[in-house]
Amino acid sequence: MSSQIVFYMLAALSVLSALFVVFSKSPIYSVLWLIVCFFSIAGHYVMLNAQFLAIVHIIVYAGAIMVLMLFTVMLLNLNKETEPHKPAMLKGAAIVTGGLLMLVLLAAMRSVQPAPYVAPEKADVGFVQNVGMKLFTDFLLPFEMTSVLFIAAMIGAVVLAKKEVHE
Amino acid sequence: MSIVLFKAILVVLIFLISLGIAAYSTYGERKIAAFLQDRIGPDRAGPFGLLQPIADGVKMFLKEEIIPTVSDKLLFIAGPSMFMLTALMTSAVIPWGLPLEFGGTVYALQVADINIGILYIMGVVSLGVYGIMIGGWASNNKFALLGAIRASSQMISYELAMGMSVIAVLLMTNGSLSLNNIVQSQGEGKLYGFINISGMNWNIFYQPVAFIIFLVCSFAETNRTPFDLPESESELIGGFHTEYSSMKLGLYLFGEYINMFISSAVISCLFLGGYNFPGIEYLGTVLPHNIVSLISVAALFGKIFFFIFFFMWVRWTIPRFRYDQLMRLGWQILMPLAIINVLITGGILTFFGN
Repeated sequence: MSSQIVFYMLAALSVLSALFVVFSKSPIYSVLWLIVCFFSIAGHYVMLNAQFLAIVHIIVYAGAIMVLMLFTVMLLNLNKETEPHKPAMLKGAAIVTGGLLMLVLLAAMRSVQPAPYVAPEKADVGFVQNVGMKLFTDFLLPFEMTSVLFIAAMIGAVVLAKKEVHE
Repeated sequence: MSIVLFKAILVVLIFLISLGIAAYSTYGERKIAAFLQDRIGPDRAGPFGLLQPIADGVKMFLKEEIIPTVSDKLLFIAGPSMFMLTALMTSAVIPWGLPLEFGGTVYALQVADINIGILYIMGVVSLGVYGIMIGGWASNNKFALLGAIRASSQMISYELAMGMSVIAVLLMTNGSLSLNNIVQSQGEGKLYGFINISGMNWNIFYQPVAFIIFLVCSFAETNRTPFDLPESESELIGGFHTEYSSMKLGLYLFGEYINMFISSAVISCLFLGGYNFPGIEYLGTVLPHNIVSLISVAALFGKIFFFIFFFMWVRWTIPRFRYDQLMRLGWQILMPLAIINVLITGGILTFFGN
């Protein structure tokens, strides 16, 4: 029962903070609300006995990615006056793509069967040993493919950031 | 006494000890600086100037509170609060000593023995940057912003090498991430398999490279000289806390000392055997259990005080790095070194067993 109360509180926090991300006027506040949102999602992971995933989520997202995002937003010096007005065609394209995304999400939501929460059989299912075992046996190929993808992204970033020496 | 009550007392105790040590670190820093520069240092307030931290605290509280009118008021206050919060959060997973026993019940001297202890520390450390960034940005001051940006890029860069050096240690302890297990494993077995001193099987003897990398990175994470570029007063006035006054400045300065205390504790637990000390088994046979526990707590604090002294010693000895040197050290020297160290450790453990 008490875990249900915690779940509802976390769920409310996730949804509210996600809404604040969208509706905040200052981009800095948006980033900060997104951090709060990530924390509440980490809380959900803990509720599902996935402590390792929860802490890695916090280290990677709240600790590294959001810091870089905050970093960028702080340097942008966003003011009302400097905000560029986008052409009407761009706005129209944004509406169409947003609508399409919503359609896909709605279609996906329709086939969801609501089921009661079932506690995992083993309490240590989310411990680092078990996650590691799964990653390096059953999910080895996807895991390695992800790292290849990351290397491609890193090389791309280096190429983009490198100084042109020849010209 | 129930476990919950005991944990509550432990939390309050650790909180008070953290604050006390942070306060007297300011005194220690000034005394050590004076010693290294052939001065006397604070000696007016009380005998040997021992009341100086209290005088400083009173001064901090009584100073005028200034919030710049162009600043973001809410975030301006949230910055130092978050810095202090993250500084105090880390102490929850540190095992402070052998468990105490009262009437058959065992009370572990650790607030939370979670099985991801070391990752929890890395997580909280990575959050520590928000206090500096938010405070620096909310000040609406170019110097503060520059300091905040320096702090964040520095902390992200050194976190990677720090995590890599910890992985080498984790390989030694059969992959357990719990700090309690890491400390316990350093109290068992013989050093190098043949030197039979109980409680001396410390990781520093197996992982000297990881120890040095971790030590350097913790200097960078706590923004201490030679890596105190976020607040380098010769370039940035005061860095991220330029606009702060009164106790909000005090919280930033205080948080730095608490960070120093906690990272000393973490270094001691990871590499210097935590609460283990040579001859712990022998003492366990001649003295009552609780006395040995208290001696083990004293041993851990002895190691912590040594590292706090080391932090100060380095601060008054080595000049500040230039920013490109700092980045080169982090990314081109420490990071590859840490990865090679992990590979060698893994290779040795795989091919030669333990």
